[in-house]
Amino acid sequence: MMPRALDHLLTALTQPAAVESLQLSDWDPLLRVARAASLEARLHALLEEQGLLARVPARPRRHLAAAGKVAAQQHQRMRWEVEQVHEALGAREAPVVILKGAAYLMADLPCAPGRLFADLDIMVPRRALESTERALFARGWLAQGHDEYDQTYYRRWMHELPPLTHIRRKSVLDVHHTILPPTARLAPDPDKLFAAARPLKGWCNLLVLAPADMVLHSATHLFHDGELENGLRDLADLDALLRHFAERDSGFWEQLTARAFEMDLARPLYYALRYGREFLATPIPDTVYARLSPARPATPLLVVMDALFRRGLKPHHWICDGPLSGTARWCLYVRSHYLRMPLRLLLPHLVRKAIKERRAGKREQPDP
Amino acid sequence: MAVAVSADLPRILRTQGAPLEIGPFIVRLSSRLPAIAESIGLHYTEQLLPADTPFSDFHVRLDRAPGVRGVWRPQARFYLDGSSPFKPLPLSQAFPLFEWGLNWCIAQHGHHYLMIHAAVAARDDQALIMPGAPGAGKSTLVAALALSGWRLLSDEFALLSLENGLLTPLPRPVSLKNQAIPLIRERFPEAVVGRSAHETTKGTVAHMKPPSASLARAQAPARPAWLVFPRFAPGGDDTLREMPKAHALLTLADAAFNYSVLGGQGFEAAAELVDRCACAQLDYADLDRSLSALNALPDAP
Repeated sequence: MMPRALDHLLTALTQPAAVESLQLSDWDPLLRVARAASLEARLHALLEEQGLLARVPARPRRHLAAAGKVAAQQHQRMRWEVEQVHEALGAREAPVVILKGAAYLMADLPCAPGRLFADLDIMVPRRALESTERALFARGWLAQGHDEYDQTYYRRWMHELPPLTHIRRKSVLDVHHTILPPTARLAPDPDKLFAAARPLKGWCNLLVLAPADMVLHSATHLFHDGELENGLRDLADLDALLRHFAERDSGFWEQLTARAFEMDLARPLYYALRYGREFLATPIPDTVYARLSPARPATPLLVVMDALFRRGLKPHHWICDGPLSGTARWCLYVRSHYLRMPLRLLLPHLVRKAIKERRAGKREQPDP
Repeated sequence: MAVAVSADLPRILRTQGAPLEIGPFIVRLSSRLPAIAESIGLHYTEQLLPADTPFSDFHVRLDRAPGVRGVWRPQARFYLDGSSPFKPLPLSQAFPLFEWGLNWCIAQHGHHYLMIHAAVAARDDQALIMPGAPGAGKSTLVAALALSGWRLLSDEFALLSLENGLLTPLPRPVSLKNQAIPLIRERFPEAVVGRSAHETTKGTVAHMKPPSASLARAQAPARPAWLVFPRFAPGGDDTLREMPKAHALLTLADAAFNYSVLGGQGFEAAAELVDRCACAQLDYADLDRSLSALNALPDAP
């Protein structure tokens, strides 16, 4: 069951013209839900592209326009950050792959307009990790605010360096060497990602993942690794990417499914397609489902996952929350950690983290 | 009419929330706190909208912070649409917390304006903008101006339209601090000043209700005419000194909340504003002398 406001949001994202029938009283909860999902600026971009902004009543339109301005500023800053990374790393031999939101922006993909982002994520080959850190350090990026345990944790168990903060601009850069922690249940081969990556037009040595890999990374991040705070936003990214790539290349679906099995990422892709279709009516040919059927979880598991993801993917706003939403989010959080590393590593880590947080008094959480 | 609303106000605040029309924004406020009902009843009755108002810009709730600590140290928390961006404050500071929280909401979302941290008053729809750091005296000056025939546009925000360069009023209670409270009370006995909250981060704070004439014209924009940068200078001479426009522009950019969000658009708007206004600095020491200096500002051509 979708609350009305979420229904309106999902419809507006997929068929923007439908906003014409909305009343002023519909816009109030719609914008609040969109904001909670980081989709307000995205909605603004979609309506602007289709020349529909004038159809939105003045008050909500002002909020959409304001969100659009915040996104425009973020985009400008992100381009500047990418330029700075290029200055630092572009002249070297090792390739630099731009990931996630920044990649959508730099490659001018249809999910970029109005997309909000926090950090810049890049990926370099593991062998180049140390030299990358040194080169970035020389340009002002350093791993701040992490104690020795955090540092060791990242370097030993994670697929990335501890987040690097630029000393002057305070922007955060995540440097990955693959897309999942080496301890994770799934093990995609990063060399294959680098081999297939596409050069970014106009930049030396900057690349983005190949279309199929980009979809797989996004799906993996959402359904295997990440936290679901911006779950619906990430699902909307996937929806836009799938529609775009499938339209431009008739062989895309076939490549995607083949690549998913090759990279050991068919399960996250299955979830991405399942919930993309459910939430955003992503047009997926039935043959694709048939090809992916070996990756479909067994029915009892799928029932559980449906119960979790149908709740967890909704915007984290009380309008969308049911009695079990909190529990579902918690289960998904535990699951993401469980998938990340075996219990013998995970348990000591979580205990340590919990003690540290309690000591730091970070426990103070606002209630709903 | 207003009286009937007041009697019902605590119930409306407890249930569906009271929509308040504050300049260009509609804030739906809910709260179970008696102190909030009292202050809203004092300061905002003219701005109450019908409960079924279809769209609100901000959904704000102020309530006791949960937890056992509330038994011996009750605190108030500010919630914007369910999430709580700040630390709680002592219960006695609930109303100042509402006002400060609302400043934050506006600064986060009002990007259809260039928002400048400034007090604004108008004479014949010609606006005087006084940007200034906390402690510069802008609240005291704008309160005094509002009580001597000027129209109060805002105590905290100059909302400069990016479309037509006009200033949108945001008439809200003026936040008087420390010595300014007795000063305004004695100099203007007719001023409506609410309960003082002590030991806040800004010292003692009390809010002065905007004069009714200012509230009645809350939807009438004003044209920027003067840009005066006050500075509290004990021993100052309370005269207006002309300020070079380039200096005024840089100082103004520093005082703008969303200068960086607006980018080029913000620069254009700020430059046009400085271009259009007479720019001056005011070393404020004595309220009466500073008031006469401001009253003597020549009309814009």
